[in-house]
Amino acid sequence: MNNDNKTARADTEALVSIRDLHFSRGSNSIFNGLDFDIPRGGVTTIMGPSGTGKTTLLKMIGAQLKPRRGTIEVDGQNVHKLRRKPLYALRQRMGMLFQSGALLTDLTVFENVAFPLREHTDMPDSLIRHLVLMRLHAVGLRGARDLKPAQLSGGMARRVALARALVLDPMMIMYDEPFTGQDPISMGVLIELIASVNQALNLTSIIVSHDLQEAMSISSHVVIISNGKVVEAGSPAQLRASDSEWVQQFLQGNPDGPVPFQYQAPDYASDLFGDRPR
Amino acid sequence: MNAIFDWLQNFGQFWLNMLEKFGRSHLFLGRMLIGSLGFFRRFGLYVRQLHAAGVLTLSIVLVSGLFVGMVLALQGYNTLVGFGAEESLGVVVALTLVRELGPVVAGLLFAGRAGSAMTAEIGLMKATEQIAGLEMMAVDPFQRVYAPRFIAGFIALPCLAAMFSAIGVLGGYLVGVEVLGVDSGAFWSQMQASVDFVDDVVNGLIKAVVFGFVVSWIAIFEGADCIPTSEGVSRATTRTVVYSSLAILGLDFLLTAVMFNV
Repeated sequence: MNNDNKTARADTEALVSIRDLHFSRGSNSIFNGLDFDIPRGGVTTIMGPSGTGKTTLLKMIGAQLKPRRGTIEVDGQNVHKLRRKPLYALRQRMGMLFQSGALLTDLTVFENVAFPLREHTDMPDSLIRHLVLMRLHAVGLRGARDLKPAQLSGGMARRVALARALVLDPMMIMYDEPFTGQDPISMGVLIELIASVNQALNLTSIIVSHDLQEAMSISSHVVIISNGKVVEAGSPAQLRASDSEWVQQFLQGNPDGPVPFQYQAPDYASDLFGDRPR
Repeated sequence: MNAIFDWLQNFGQFWLNMLEKFGRSHLFLGRMLIGSLGFFRRFGLYVRQLHAAGVLTLSIVLVSGLFVGMVLALQGYNTLVGFGAEESLGVVVALTLVRELGPVVAGLLFAGRAGSAMTAEIGLMKATEQIAGLEMMAVDPFQRVYAPRFIAGFIALPCLAAMFSAIGVLGGYLVGVEVLGVDSGAFWSQMQASVDFVDDVVNGLIKAVVFGFVVSWIAIFEGADCIPTSEGVSRATTRTVVYSSLAILGLDFLLTAVMFNV
């Protein structure tokens, strides 16, 4: 992490700040002292090899998982110290988009988008109808209002989930692998939607992804995590100019480099021709 | 030597895990009971779950009840006729159903039909991130998902057990009176004289209430606690049926001992 980077970040107030985060699953340590800020406004992408705990990190920001050590502050509040009521109040201002969309399968598209409004507000039905149709129109699915989630394609389900996440006017949205398994058209639609929604509603978006080009194209800030630590953070241009070999291998997708192609193994020759076959 | 230590370690770990799960299930029950305070606010959800757990289980319960009653009449008649006591057939059929078979068989059928469905549904909701999604939308899954199913199961089973017993008595009447020729007046009057409302009917219903409580608790907890993969859900569903059945049979023994023999 170079110095320019640090001063640039100090200027913008952080919406989410993660300090000294430690977490492990069983004996498998996932984060060892993760430290970074997510600036307010703009799109921040968190990248890293598979299995680095990117989704785990989103769940921790939403306080669904507790860290072993360290703090996560969202909008100045330590999410793991909050009691249930203030936590739920905070969550109403945090949208989250799960990989599968996480739509309620027993409700129609319309009712899924209306769900947060019905749960958290006393709005009359006519107003709910207006808000829901506006959000559905924004994601291009006003015509799909009567379908059940099972009738939607994966990309459509994610768009409905986006409409649902937006319906309470949150301050931030977290996207868990939004581009995974999408055909080029729905990928394009999602990229366009994430960028335009972020701009139009003045949100902070956090994307967890390893679809490099897509994510970089709409990000204002990128954080790369590996082995439980931040490897590099900065704007996409700063990352491309990074002199870290690891970052270059990751960005260019080279099969061999600091991350070796071969899993740790004994010497090849002695393994093949050694005395003790195993 | 190492093998023995490994075995001991695994054995200890197994019981520690079981104990931990047992504790977790009680915390879960507590939160579910607190969640059910939202009963009036979410009345519609409770009605829908009552339909799923109760009405949809009704057909299998009624058919089984009819056949169990008919078999009881056949078997009972063959035994009683040897003593010239076939007029007591009504009492035998009614007491067996109301005290034992009604709550127990209805409970087992309920565990197989509604309990397994609850576990599978909740497990799949977990696997498709719907539960996590609810939490992130600041909606408590205990209020929205678990409590309505729990209360529904708790209400449905006593009703199902009562209907099982009622149709069983009718089945006994059909076979005993209409087919085997027991006197209709004796069948009903002896039943009326010997079956006590509080001692037999109410005690039987209390059993059904306890079974409904335990089966719904096991089913919902297993669903919510499962590993969110297809294998995890299928294992949890199996566990629900196995644990529920064992719990019903074990508790039935305890309750019978307390209610009828002290």
